[in-house]
Amino acid sequence: MKELIVFIKKEFKHIFRDSRTLLILFGMPIAQVFLFGYAITNEVRDAQITVWDQSNDVMSKKLISKILATDYFKLASVSENYDDITNGFRSGDHMLALVIPPKFAERFSNKDANIQLLLDASDPNMANILSNYASGIIANFMRQELNYNQPNQIITEVRMTYNPELKGVFLFVPGVITVILMIVSTLLTSIALTREKEMGTMEILLVSPLKPGIIVIGKVLPYLLLSLFNAMVILVLGFTVFEMPMLGNYLFLLMELILFIVAALSIGIFISTKTDSQQVAMMISLFALMLPTILLSGFIFPIDSMPMALQVLSNVLPAKFFIIIVKGIMLKGVGIEVLWPETLAIIGFILVFTVASIKNFNIRLA
Amino acid sequence: MRRIKFLLKKEFKQIFRNKAMLPLIFVMPVIQLLILVNAATFEIKNIDVAVLDQDHSQTSKAIVNKLLSTGYYRIVENVANLKDGQLLMDQNKIDLLLQFPSKFESDLQRDNKAVIMLDVSAIDGSAASIIYYYTNSIIFDFNTSLVQKWHNLPTNLSLPIKVENRYWFNEELDYKNYITPGLVVILVTMIGMFLSSMNIVREKEMGTIEQLNVTPITKSQFIISKLTPFWIIGMFEMAFGLGVGKLIFDFPILGSVPLLFAFSAIYLVVILSMGLIISTITNTQQQAMLISWFLLVIFILMSGLFTAVENMPEWAQKITAFNPVTYFMQLIRMVLLKGSEFKHVVHHFVIMSVMAVVSVVLALVTYRKRA
Repeated sequence: MKELIVFIKKEFKHIFRDSRTLLILFGMPIAQVFLFGYAITNEVRDAQITVWDQSNDVMSKKLISKILATDYFKLASVSENYDDITNGFRSGDHMLALVIPPKFAERFSNKDANIQLLLDASDPNMANILSNYASGIIANFMRQELNYNQPNQIITEVRMTYNPELKGVFLFVPGVITVILMIVSTLLTSIALTREKEMGTMEILLVSPLKPGIIVIGKVLPYLLLSLFNAMVILVLGFTVFEMPMLGNYLFLLMELILFIVAALSIGIFISTKTDSQQVAMMISLFALMLPTILLSGFIFPIDSMPMALQVLSNVLPAKFFIIIVKGIMLKGVGIEVLWPETLAIIGFILVFTVASIKNFNIRLA
Repeated sequence: MRRIKFLLKKEFKQIFRNKAMLPLIFVMPVIQLLILVNAATFEIKNIDVAVLDQDHSQTSKAIVNKLLSTGYYRIVENVANLKDGQLLMDQNKIDLLLQFPSKFESDLQRDNKAVIMLDVSAIDGSAASIIYYYTNSIIFDFNTSLVQKWHNLPTNLSLPIKVENRYWFNEELDYKNYITPGLVVILVTMIGMFLSSMNIVREKEMGTIEQLNVTPITKSQFIISKLTPFWIIGMFEMAFGLGVGKLIFDFPILGSVPLLFAFSAIYLVVILSMGLIISTITNTQQQAMLISWFLLVIFILMSGLFTAVENMPEWAQKITAFNPVTYFMQLIRMVLLKGSEFKHVVHHFVIMSVMAVVSVVLALVTYRKRA
């Protein structure tokens, strides 16, 4: 026990004397939460549009000003032919072109007015959203002009459960926590262990009377504490700055956090048993884990929309299960009675990687 | 010149003798591309629904059938009360709970108004609003045809304005066309940045930098010999990624490929010099990696890979003006998907060239021939 404490002290010294690493470890989550909270958004705001108004009558002007009155669209330029529009698309000056035919008012009363919405669909997502918004505004305009009143109306009342204001940050905070924990736990432990190999200090440790188990525990415990601290920082930011709710049980969340960190640490140890160089350990952690963790775990893209093969593949990522757990606890207020399958999955990861690492752990170096 | 040749030989040997790195540099990106392109979609294909029908009327059933006929909705369960529906949502089994109150149909006939309650699971706010708008528009369509039937109106009640949507450059709204070039940029950037940022610092950690420092190599020779190998790898990676992406996902190439490569040639100088700067100011590979990771995350998230830069708040857009990845991200899509020519992207070239000059000068200044 005393050996272990001494060893952990040594590890903490290693970590704390490297102030740049520490700065990034704690700066990173904060920067990410703010980026996701404020900058990364799918909400359309001030999309640049161009208008080619071939009639220039009262009716067309009314429609245009109606479209520009919203927050969604902003007039970038006025076009006079299709070439103007094409050029603007090609240089990225606008994303939508509204083409109004000649004699719009006259055609409107003849019920024969064709409006073209030309969209830059090189970004299909935006094109879709913009076309929906513009069509909606035009439909409203028609209803107003015609004083249209439909009998037998079906009205839909919507309730946005869990997130009434549709804040993006509710989705991202659980994801950012997960990614940061993966970085700190998996990446840093795999590097810490391979660095000892690369520097040759691993041999010193191995010939010492310390048992291999103690070496590994001593190596990873500091990172567990760092990870926990990081998770707290992100959570506190989420609660205070972005007013995230916490409907579930704090103790349960803490328990799940520790479980996930242990899973991530066991993956880190496993990687380090497989490689001798920091660069390789880092590339594996980053490329094989980080991008999939960000893209396949449901952090940004909904898993349900992926092809079947990828939906199956996403099950090999502990992050996927952890994101479900964090959302469940914080936003839905559910407990183990709902989240037991995900919790079991994470425990499964811990077992698999611990067993694999023990099998791979070699007390002798090549 | 001869010195540079020898130095280049040395660098290439160091890169290629590391057998574990090679597959990571060349195979991993391709696998990543294949998997991630398929994963990265905001499209909503399956909306899982629970129905709480307290009316059991023809109309309520017809609405449910109408939703099912679109192919986007899947009925998971018909629930008997609100609590069961809520539980299903808590368990992540449904995205939408559709409630028809009792007397829905008779209300509709008698009072001219009837309410359907839609409960949407809104943790993912943008998906929730798409689900809501989509469901709403289907119900609205249903409503219109129902009224026509009930009141015996002509079925093609014509509206004064017909809106015709034309999706230029990507008629089928294929998200893969959009995301594949973007991911190629990301992979090239990540590999370039990591390899270069780990390079000098590794020599520092191993102690071999001192041997280089005592040689008569000048600073610029040193920087050139460090940049060139990664530049070649980066250009190769770019061609390779684009080639594989084109073969598999068959995105359109409307513009000039040489124009694209001319830009990536400048772009790589910027990214690699940044990597080298990181490498000279750090002491351990771990630091170098974390700093480059930190920069990359911010660069990538703010590059417009997934979410359009145009949607960002003003201050964030000002920051992205300094983000090299944003320019490349825009340019590759403009050239490939829209066929933009040089005159459309002069702005991008000018800014990237300025960035290249500044970063190379900075790399030269920060590197000192001291340990």
